[in-house]
Amino acid sequence: MTSPPAFRLLPEVTPETEAFWTGGETGELRIYRCRSCRHWFHPPTPACFRCRSREVGPEVASGRATVAAYTVNQHPWFDGFPPPYVVAIVELDDEPGVRLTTNLVDCAIEDVVVGMPVEVVFEHRDDVWLPLFRPVAA
Amino acid sequence: MTFVENRAVISGVGQSAIGRKLGRSGWDLGVEAALNAIADAGLTPDDIDGVASYPGPVGAEGGFVGATTHDIRNALGLKSSWYTSGVETAGQIGTLLDACAMVASGRATHVLAFRSVWESTAQAAMGRAKAITGHMTRASGHTAWRLPFGAASAANWIGMYAQRYMHEHGLTREQMGNVAINARRNAALNPNAIFTAPMTMEDYLGARMISWPFGLFDCDIPADGATAIIISRREATAGLRRPPLTIESAGSAMYERHSWDQRNDLTTMAAHDVARAMWAGTSLTAADVDFATLYDGFTYLTLQWIDAFGFAEHGKAGVFMEDLDRFSKDGDFPINTHGGQLSGGRLHGYGFVHEACVQLWGDAGERQITKDVEVAAVGVGGGPEAGCMLLRREG
Repeated sequence: MTSPPAFRLLPEVTPETEAFWTGGETGELRIYRCRSCRHWFHPPTPACFRCRSREVGPEVASGRATVAAYTVNQHPWFDGFPPPYVVAIVELDDEPGVRLTTNLVDCAIEDVVVGMPVEVVFEHRDDVWLPLFRPVAA
Repeated sequence: MTFVENRAVISGVGQSAIGRKLGRSGWDLGVEAALNAIADAGLTPDDIDGVASYPGPVGAEGGFVGATTHDIRNALGLKSSWYTSGVETAGQIGTLLDACAMVASGRATHVLAFRSVWESTAQAAMGRAKAITGHMTRASGHTAWRLPFGAASAANWIGMYAQRYMHEHGLTREQMGNVAINARRNAALNPNAIFTAPMTMEDYLGARMISWPFGLFDCDIPADGATAIIISRREATAGLRRPPLTIESAGSAMYERHSWDQRNDLTTMAAHDVARAMWAGTSLTAADVDFATLYDGFTYLTLQWIDAFGFAEHGKAGVFMEDLDRFSKDGDFPINTHGGQLSGGRLHGYGFVHEACVQLWGDAGERQITKDVEVAAVGVGGGPEAGCMLLRREG
């Protein structure tokens, strides 16, 4: 298990992002979806950028994704969040092109590759549950 | 087909002192650059009736906002018929492009457009990491999606794009290193450059990692300095010091959501949108460009601009960069003859406009491009921030 850093700068929780940041309380990755055209999208916005429907809101996504790109951060940007750690853009299995920037955990840095299947795991801090991703068990 | 019906031109440019830890405020540097540019055009402050700058009074620490539009208006007592600043715009030159339209439509006659930074002095005490993250209690806006995961810097955000381009197209670290080595070699001829000692590939590869695939020398160097550009209505330039430079075309387009991770094709950036718009506005093509000044906040961004402008086939920007002799002042396609931001200092976009103008006027001194140059491509910005121009010397 990757041990969590002592510190993370937490996100401001807004009406649009509350479902995303708190879904982890019940183990749910909540992503905005258009009830009209049924496309998923991220980050949340008060309208569907494709069909302009206002009938949008969070739904529970699969929590499965693949690594689309990654970087191994080696610079100490925060006290209490020591490098190295992997920052990745993961693409949700629910819809191609819907991506989250996140950390990969429980994975050796040298094993990270584009296309790697991963699944969500939440890290709880204060009022938010941060969705991190770990390799899908073989 | 020319930008804003060919009514707006560049009539003068100027910079402040440029350096590390100059111990001067960005405001002071901004005033110096403004006065130098106004004098360079053969104007006086009373002739300036418009002001445009980037980014305006945004909440950023660490010397990112050297001077705002009102800072300079107030210091110089400028009477303005139009003024603006902005950060939701086409890269650091977005409001400069707006100024062209304002001049063309009669809202102003001579606009002072500028960018000032004093990141070196302002960050000397706190360090760069604290300058980025130290003042926040919660991450908001787009940073809420990145900072909680330790992705604090554009080095992380753009590093991921570079990694994906490596994965898709076989780009190598050595090819990115060529961008840094080219900048360093060219900077040696620029008396205002920050780093001028020769850099080898061994030096580049041996530098400490910041965020894979970026090492220290893939990242530009925080600096103190301001740059100002004078945009004038063409018919108001008669009798001025310099032959006006034509803005043949420009790009300020954005065809997708503004985002650091949702762009459809992660091997392209907003640079591709603005370049497409720029080429749609001119009969000139990439083959007509004599030299280029291409943003290099990170080495990979110069490669993105090469890809976006079509100087190389998509995916081949790294291969394009391999023959370093081509990109010096003596080469057939000089790139970043001033050393870019990687070695010249992070003047945040405007330095590329300045260098293109100076070269087109033949005023670059020891680093003047050997061949005759008439057309310059200027690409500014990275990620979802991008603006570009095609400049042309007439006659």
